[in-house]
Amino acid sequence: MVYENPDGVMIGLEVHVQLNKLNSKLFCGCSTDYHNDEPNTHVCPVCMGLPGSLPVLNKKAVEYAIRIGLALNCEIIEQTQFHRKNYYYPDLPKGFQTTQYDFPIVGNGKIVIDGEDGEHVVRITRAHMEEDPGKLMHIGHIEKSKGTLIDYNRSGMALVEIVTEPDMRSPKEARRFLDKLRNILEYLDVFNGTLEGAMRVDANISIGGGDRIEIKNISSHKGAERALLYEIMRQKNLVRRGGTVVMETRHFDEARGVTISMRTKEEEHDYRYFPEPDLVPIRVSDWVEGIRETLPELPDARRKRFVSDYNVADTHAKALTSDIRVADFYESVAKEVDPVIAAAWVADILKGELNYRDLGISAFKVEDLVEIIDLVTSGKITEKSGVDVIRTILDEGGSPESIVEKKGLIKVEGDIVSQAISESLKENPEALQDFLAGKEKSLNFLVGQVMKKTRGRADARSVRELLIHEIDEKYR
Amino acid sequence: MITKEEVEHIGWLSRISLTEEEAVKYATELSSVLDYFNQLDEVDTSGVDPTYHVADLMNVFREDEVSPSLPQEEVLRNAAEKKEGYIKGPRIM
Repeated sequence: MVYENPDGVMIGLEVHVQLNKLNSKLFCGCSTDYHNDEPNTHVCPVCMGLPGSLPVLNKKAVEYAIRIGLALNCEIIEQTQFHRKNYYYPDLPKGFQTTQYDFPIVGNGKIVIDGEDGEHVVRITRAHMEEDPGKLMHIGHIEKSKGTLIDYNRSGMALVEIVTEPDMRSPKEARRFLDKLRNILEYLDVFNGTLEGAMRVDANISIGGGDRIEIKNISSHKGAERALLYEIMRQKNLVRRGGTVVMETRHFDEARGVTISMRTKEEEHDYRYFPEPDLVPIRVSDWVEGIRETLPELPDARRKRFVSDYNVADTHAKALTSDIRVADFYESVAKEVDPVIAAAWVADILKGELNYRDLGISAFKVEDLVEIIDLVTSGKITEKSGVDVIRTILDEGGSPESIVEKKGLIKVEGDIVSQAISESLKENPEALQDFLAGKEKSLNFLVGQVMKKTRGRADARSVRELLIHEIDEKYR
Repeated sequence: MITKEEVEHIGWLSRISLTEEEAVKYATELSSVLDYFNQLDEVDTSGVDPTYHVADLMNVFREDEVSPSLPQEEVLRNAAEKKEGYIKGPRIM
């Protein structure tokens, strides 16, 4: 099946990734650990651009940028440098942003995503290093704001901006790209995607060869999909009413789920880029092979390894590797119990229960799941009770052992089951006769009766077998 | 040659408001600066690599180590208006 792309949608993304696993900012020693601190407490003369201050490049930030480039199948440039992008806006106190211009450190790569019609290549145009601006908060709504509150804690954080070609054909593909990118970045250990503002997206979209619209201020993957869906609808309606889409920048209002026109008088040449005189050029091509050797295993490779080493189904392997924390969790569990059984418990059951409660994998302990799986595989509790224990731990806490005891989940002994079976058969002669006459469904009813008598602690599958056995012995 | 309109545009980009006389005056002055650069353009530089940086330095880095930031009151000292630890600015869009 080939995706036809009926509206001729072309989407390109600019993704700002904060290298928040660094200890210090891009050009100064201010700590990156500001998320729970007072505003303007992680600020120094360099990030404020005070006279006489001198930025010095964080070596590890450059290594991280190269690591990202290599993971995205990109080329790393021989020699590069920084530029000043001049603009007056209070998110940067210096009057310019230190960024890269015509020599981005990373160029020409690709990511393969799950597209509308199977594997789909999204080309990476470039990725460059730059400093993050500070955070502005509008007092009241952006369109009628009475003023702005400014926090420079974020100002000067190391960013890598990743720019794609307009290769995505639907909002869903854009979201898939962002999910995959985030996963790769977390595997690389350069970035923690759970921190606020860790990944911010600008999206370019054109429909049917029309003008390109840029949407700014997208702060989540879900937000990207929603903003793009809204924009497609808006542009189609505009054209239907006889209007024309003209190139402009729009702001995504997350709360209302709409995009708003932002009038801007600045154009690319107005930024008056020039080489940053305070930072010297960098030539790091000789680092590349060393960094390539230390690249960790990436999601696609790990997925293949799960299939070959643990013999798990590819769908399970994919689900388990789409988040590094889940993959690590699974491998710890798989060390202790049968890896195939572990895969089903983590991918099919635990992940579902966590998603339902909007929790991450860190909400569950490896040893608890190992214990639950042991209890089930050794026949002490039923699979259904195992799920019950997981739910109870998530909702009320406690250990598997104490929950099994408190709820009386230990599977009932054989003679109690046999007794329940013979009772059920005596009490329901009609169902028995129906079954003997060939009505398979009656067996389900009988299994239900036995389960009721044992209060769900018997294993449904073995009850079924025992019932058939008993009927064959005594009633045929 | 720089026009008065170009000076006004650059003024706007830099958030500097200019009077009519200033705009005319700077247009003349900036034009003479540009004329000087035009003179430099006459030098034959074919075969010479562009100079991006005058210091003969390359690869100056710092290790990824944290050093102390300024106290909040120092950061806010030059701010015209502040509120609850934030710098307060005018409405922007």
